[in-house]
Amino acid sequence: MLSTLRIAAMSAAIVAVAATSTTAFAQKKYDTGATDTEIKIGNIMPYSGPASAYGVIGKTEEAFFKMINDQGGINGRKVNFVTYDDAYSPPKAVEQVRKLVESDEVLLVFNPLGTPSNTAIQKYLNSKKIPQLFVATGATKWNDPKNFPWTMGWQPSYQSEAHIYAKWLLKEKPDAKVAILYQNDDFGKDYLKGTKDGFGAKASNIIMEESYEVSEPSIDGHIVKIKAANPDVLLIYTTPKFGAQTIKKTAELGWKPLQIITNVSISVGSVMQPAGFENAQNVLSAAYAKDGSDPQWANDAGMKKWNAFLDKYMPGVDKTDNGVVYGYGAAQTLAKVLEMCGDDLTRANVMKQAASLKDFAPDTLLPGVKINTSATDFAPIAQLQMQRFKGQKWELFGEIISGDVPTQ
Amino acid sequence: MSAAAEEVVTEAPAVEAVPKRAMTLGYGTSLVVLAALVIIPLLVKNFIIFQMTMLLIYGLAVLALNILTGGSGQFSLGQSAFYAVGAYTSAILMEHVGMNYALTLPIAGVICFGFGFLFGQPALRLSGVYLALATFALATAMPQLLKLGYFEHWTGGVQGLVVTKPDAPFGLPMSQDMWLYYFTLAITIAIYVASVNLLRSRSGRAFMAIRDNEIAASAMGVDVALYKTLAFGVSAGITGVAGGLGAIAVQFVAPDGYTIQLAISLFLGMVVGGVGWLPGSIVGSAFIIFVPNIAEGISKGLSGAVFGVLLFLVIFLVPHGARQVAIVAQQLAAKLKKN
Amino acid sequence: MELFANQVLAGIATGAIYACMALAVVMIYQAIDHLNFAQGEMAMFSTFVSWQLMQWGVPYWGAFVLTVAFSFAAGIVIERLLFKPLAKAPILTNVAGFIALYAIINSVAGLIWDFTIKQYPTPFGSSPFLGSQLISTHQAGMIGITLLMLVLLFFFFRYTRVGLAMRAAASLPESARLVGINTSWMIALGWGMAAAIGSIAGMMIAPVVFLEPNMMLGVLIYGFAAAVLGGLSSPFGAVVGGFLVGIFENLVGTYIPGVGNELKLPIALALIVTVLVVKPAGLFGRAIVKRV
Repeated sequence: MLSTLRIAAMSAAIVAVAATSTTAFAQKKYDTGATDTEIKIGNIMPYSGPASAYGVIGKTEEAFFKMINDQGGINGRKVNFVTYDDAYSPPKAVEQVRKLVESDEVLLVFNPLGTPSNTAIQKYLNSKKIPQLFVATGATKWNDPKNFPWTMGWQPSYQSEAHIYAKWLLKEKPDAKVAILYQNDDFGKDYLKGTKDGFGAKASNIIMEESYEVSEPSIDGHIVKIKAANPDVLLIYTTPKFGAQTIKKTAELGWKPLQIITNVSISVGSVMQPAGFENAQNVLSAAYAKDGSDPQWANDAGMKKWNAFLDKYMPGVDKTDNGVVYGYGAAQTLAKVLEMCGDDLTRANVMKQAASLKDFAPDTLLPGVKINTSATDFAPIAQLQMQRFKGQKWELFGEIISGDVPTQ
Repeated sequence: MSAAAEEVVTEAPAVEAVPKRAMTLGYGTSLVVLAALVIIPLLVKNFIIFQMTMLLIYGLAVLALNILTGGSGQFSLGQSAFYAVGAYTSAILMEHVGMNYALTLPIAGVICFGFGFLFGQPALRLSGVYLALATFALATAMPQLLKLGYFEHWTGGVQGLVVTKPDAPFGLPMSQDMWLYYFTLAITIAIYVASVNLLRSRSGRAFMAIRDNEIAASAMGVDVALYKTLAFGVSAGITGVAGGLGAIAVQFVAPDGYTIQLAISLFLGMVVGGVGWLPGSIVGSAFIIFVPNIAEGISKGLSGAVFGVLLFLVIFLVPHGARQVAIVAQQLAAKLKKN
Repeated sequence: MELFANQVLAGIATGAIYACMALAVVMIYQAIDHLNFAQGEMAMFSTFVSWQLMQWGVPYWGAFVLTVAFSFAAGIVIERLLFKPLAKAPILTNVAGFIALYAIINSVAGLIWDFTIKQYPTPFGSSPFLGSQLISTHQAGMIGITLLMLVLLFFFFRYTRVGLAMRAAASLPESARLVGINTSWMIALGWGMAAAIGSIAGMMIAPVVFLEPNMMLGVLIYGFAAAVLGGLSSPFGAVVGGFLVGIFENLVGTYIPGVGNELKLPIALALIVTVLVVKPAGLFGRAIVKRV
């Protein structure tokens, strides 16, 4: 008798347990890489090799998630940020991403850097249906949800930024002769294309396209050559070092064209100051993020948080480095997406949430610049504002411009 | 020979002589290595199979350099250029012409052979640091040539080309990675055996005679010019096949993948494996694939420095590379047998 | 025509960078009979040391002298510690050692001083030189320093006992030992001098290209090319080679239509290889006769 009772009680208990666990199962959904206590995120960065200057982005993101974990994690789960070195080499990128996916079993790959590396891993990640989220490159091709529904960009695309410069010039200086100095790689060529597209029928305004190689120690010879063509406007599509060289050399030549410099090279501390503040007066550019070395943000609430984070988690870091601002903003965006995922940490839901960001404003973005995505818009940041260098800081002017370029 | 103004030098050969029998492994060891290479992929994850595929591919490229430097005594820092040409040949033929991946490899090999043979002509007049600079120039020029606007229609310019990975044929029940691994393994073995035979042949003896003493070799009737350019051609051809395989395995070619960095890696692979010791190529390849990962595991911020320190440790302990380890092991084994 | 003259002048200005580095390359070649791939990184590290000294308040010339002294000592220490043990190893193993050294110095500098570019002061100012805006007073000063080093090196190698002994030790080590030269220490001394010259080159180059851990990457390639073009055994040739490469590179970029600009480095290098095929020892190098 007793035994029957016991069995009945036990089976009732089992049913109860089973019932609760199924309800729990309905609420909590996980793919590989996520559990009740942990979310595993993969990342690749060039910590060594020619692009090692960008390694600081990965270090900032690692530190950011350490801060998140110290604050209790995301919905109670700790973030396990696994980051590997790809040395800016596509074959190495493939090897490391496969290691992240197949050996570390991450939920998603976040902010991998560089157009070549991302192109190399895009097909693999999409075929495995693993999010390739917020890639750290400004190529236009990341906004292509139809063909690559698992890949999403983050920063404004290079082409859309160049578009903005072209439109601005057409409006303000319709007859100016324009020369373009660009780096001979995917980055420079994207800007070149965006500028030409932006000028459209007036592309004849562009009287010179001069490219340089990263391996050149000094680009003085190119500047001399451009000056000989005597353009009114010089578009500088270069990385920071060459941007500073260009601004300095034009001043040394006693030449005063209207200069517009790419957003990549607008750091006050590591471009404008080395080039010489007196040489950089009236240089134009467009921005979407605040500059860590620009005094005008000293009392900004978002940048105060950023500063506090750096002081605690990355003491001694070079705050003039744009990579630190960049990594913080990108990591904050991911944290937001994971928070929105709630307990449904499947890869499909991560992409769904990433594509449902509405007016999200990370601490480091300019006032008014907001992140918006949808199922057909995989370009999170699409807004920029023009700015002019005055004294020792950038002065924003004009409206916030949206520069979405549709993917062909 | 008492020309007063001229400096007269008896030049020590840059590469020390390796007798040809010492260039290979014994049958027993070969079989063990082969068995390991065949069996291990059945037991591990796909990503490790991918790493092993890359191990074989870089192994082939190091082997090619070894034939050039260890065999004929010519030094090259330009192997990445031949690797790139092979990779692009395969990628273009597969993606633009729609050719079967397996057929693209011999074509890549032949084109690179021709390219290497032609490059070997001016290289004939150069030696030592001068040859190093000339090959170095080739390696730095290659990425810039690949992104040149004129070829952009074919090469994809700075954006590169995405390559489709082949499925296993005949409905074989294996993953793409595993199929590609065994495909690569078969090619690697074929090229390895051919290389060993080449170095044992009349041509191989001619290579080595040139390596040990060029003037003496020519006095003995070796056509120095022919054999030196031939060595360049063979080396470039094998590197080209490796490049083609690399393009298929990575599924992507872009100018950034074939910089001087790659040439330096291949060179390090040869030194660590042992110059002139063909089986060492695979050890060298393992070094250039895995040691950066280890270095990064020790310290992210200082991964370059850790890599440098590890490299110093290796060359301090075994300045002659893995060959030295093999020789010591052999002597130990012989001693044990005697006892 | 004005563009031509301008490009030649700009080429001379850039060529001064290459010439400066090429001198350091020739120095190490005279001492060890090989090229040191880590030479650019050693120069970069020295330049950072001088920058750090100036940040701490040391005046320019004080930092300059201290850095040259530090570099000389560091060169000797590196040789004694890392390359003396490899003296008997094959030469290719030594080359691998240079690459390892390169990786270590680059990585350590990046960790200490970050990768953002830094402004580096010049003692000569950067106003136009003699009315020409193409050559600044800094570049003129750099050319002056390069020529001064050239003269000093020339006398050192030709007329001092140590200089002669060093050349002997590099080219004929066995015979040099027979006449009582301590060849091992000659090599260490060569490393020290090469490092010191490299540090001066670095401090002259940094105001133009900005200071950062990868600043020597491109410079070293051009420095090698210049030294090889001029002849590795001739400091004079190296300096001339530097200016030639600078001018030639600019002219290729300006006057060869279509591919000239994109391919100016490959074309410049191809020309150097062509020169080497005709004159294997470089423009000013001495031919070496081989004997069995």
